[in-house]
Amino acid sequence: MEQPRLEQKEFEPTILAFCCNWCSYAGADLAGTSRFEYPTNVRIIRVMCSGRLDPTFILSAFRWGADGVLITGCHPGDCHYVQGNYMMERRFAFLKEAMDQLGIEPERLRLEWISAGEGEKFAALIRDTTQKIKQLGPNPLKTA
Amino acid sequence: MKPAGLVVGAGIAGIQAALDLADKGFTVYLVEKNPSIGGRVAQLSKTFPDMKCAACTLTPKMIEADKHRNIRLLTYSEIKDVRQEGKAFKVKILRKPRYVDESKCTGCGVCAQHCPVEVANDFDERVGVRNAIYIPFSNAVPQVYVVDREHCLKCELCQNVCTNKAVDLQQRPQTIEVDVGAIIVATGYNPFDPRKNEEYGFGKCDNVITGLVLERLLAKSGPTGGHVLRLSDGRIPQKVAFIQCVGLKGKEAGNLYCSKVCCMYATKLAGLLKEQIPSADVTIYYPDSLFDGDGFEEFYEKAKNEFDVKYQKAQVNEIVEKPSHNLLLRVKNLEPNENVEDEADMVILSTGMVPATSGDFGGILSLKTGVGSFLEAADPSKDSVTTNIEGVFLAGAAESPKDIERSVNQAHAAAAKASAILEKLEKTNTLPVKSSQ
Repeated sequence: MEQPRLEQKEFEPTILAFCCNWCSYAGADLAGTSRFEYPTNVRIIRVMCSGRLDPTFILSAFRWGADGVLITGCHPGDCHYVQGNYMMERRFAFLKEAMDQLGIEPERLRLEWISAGEGEKFAALIRDTTQKIKQLGPNPLKTA
Repeated sequence: MKPAGLVVGAGIAGIQAALDLADKGFTVYLVEKNPSIGGRVAQLSKTFPDMKCAACTLTPKMIEADKHRNIRLLTYSEIKDVRQEGKAFKVKILRKPRYVDESKCTGCGVCAQHCPVEVANDFDERVGVRNAIYIPFSNAVPQVYVVDREHCLKCELCQNVCTNKAVDLQQRPQTIEVDVGAIIVATGYNPFDPRKNEEYGFGKCDNVITGLVLERLLAKSGPTGGHVLRLSDGRIPQKVAFIQCVGLKGKEAGNLYCSKVCCMYATKLAGLLKEQIPSADVTIYYPDSLFDGDGFEEFYEKAKNEFDVKYQKAQVNEIVEKPSHNLLLRVKNLEPNENVEDEADMVILSTGMVPATSGDFGGILSLKTGVGSFLEAADPSKDSVTTNIEGVFLAGAAESPKDIERSVNQAHAAAAKASAILEKLEKTNTLPVKSSQ
């Protein structure tokens, strides 16, 4: 489908971030309350654990037009549910491969560990991710 | 209608007890004397022995307590009087003036940007600074500012810039009265004030700090962004000494009990230090040691063997500051028995715990104290939560020095006991449930 184009407007990606309740959502909270600035391209969805994420959630996000998906969880060894983040790590490897085969750049998906004390790291991560997705351009599924 | 409970002190134990009672459907008044809930755990960088970030355990609990439909947060408030009425209590709570309307403040922080005053921040153990209108730490709950009238210049800038008209410098203290069926006292501890041990020079030598100061230096959200520096000149320390049992165990200035957490927190801090500064030489001087918990001994072995932290059984008698701000330690080694001198460029005093309250909250709520003036249960040989006043329970470090895990466990126990009382009151319907506010 051809989308109407606005003159020379910079591409603003839509990035979906899944943050786990215990570490990274609290980290995102801290970024906010500490007033660190980061781009507004990210929509955060809180999940209880990164291990809660079914791979289909991420693929659906891309199908419905997300330009990037960011998954954040507790640092290795810190998971509130002991091993949820390790499960996500394994799904992440699988997802990268699946995305490659589907023709979506695997770089659009990112997994990072953020603790509740790392507000600044969260803000830096959002800045960096937004920058990278901007360089990649819009999600190819949107224009296909 | 269900009767209500009261929790005094909103540290990790108080928050947990309040959450437990609230989840059972009881209304809970959670009273905290500071502007934010969170207590001491909020100041910590990591917890032992799992080395998880302390905020990851605490922050979600703080937010849950804030959002819980059954919990009424009464921050910056103190218990003034408790009277018994039948099987229930009538509690007078003083709401200290914040000079900011809680219902109007959005926590935007514009007021603090305009405030011309800068004072040492107690939350950062006076390493960092804050304004006279401030929020104690960035993820404080509630996100409501408070005016420190002691340092306020009354310039009214904050009042003028607040678009929500939340700042009210004329605010007066308020007293409210609530009816509750059970009370949980979780008032926690204070670190021992090492100024009382003058031979250690705390407060005079910049590079003599306490364990809590080091926690703030190591915290990612702390005043140095998580970097350990010497406070005298900002250099990275290369030779660090920990001194254990400060203020405790046989010292004249102090007390005669063991705080139970210092050996572990010093080991934790030493490990974190070595992780950040691998070239640093870290020695822990301990007159006595205690590692009594799951995985504690293994943690100590790991620090010793993997992180190369040195342990020296010794009593440090004196610390002398050199012109270079380095510190000379006069050490009495205990194994073997000899007097030696040692030099360090940073000294950390592992201060013990002292109770934060006397146990007298006014009215009938006057609790028995035991070893080290910590609150004591009616019969400690039976359980450590039931007090001599029916319907009043203890939780956390207010009862005796203990670590986070044990504080939380005791909070669960106190909440279970309190909910049994509340359930009984609910069945017999003896409580006048409407509270006056």
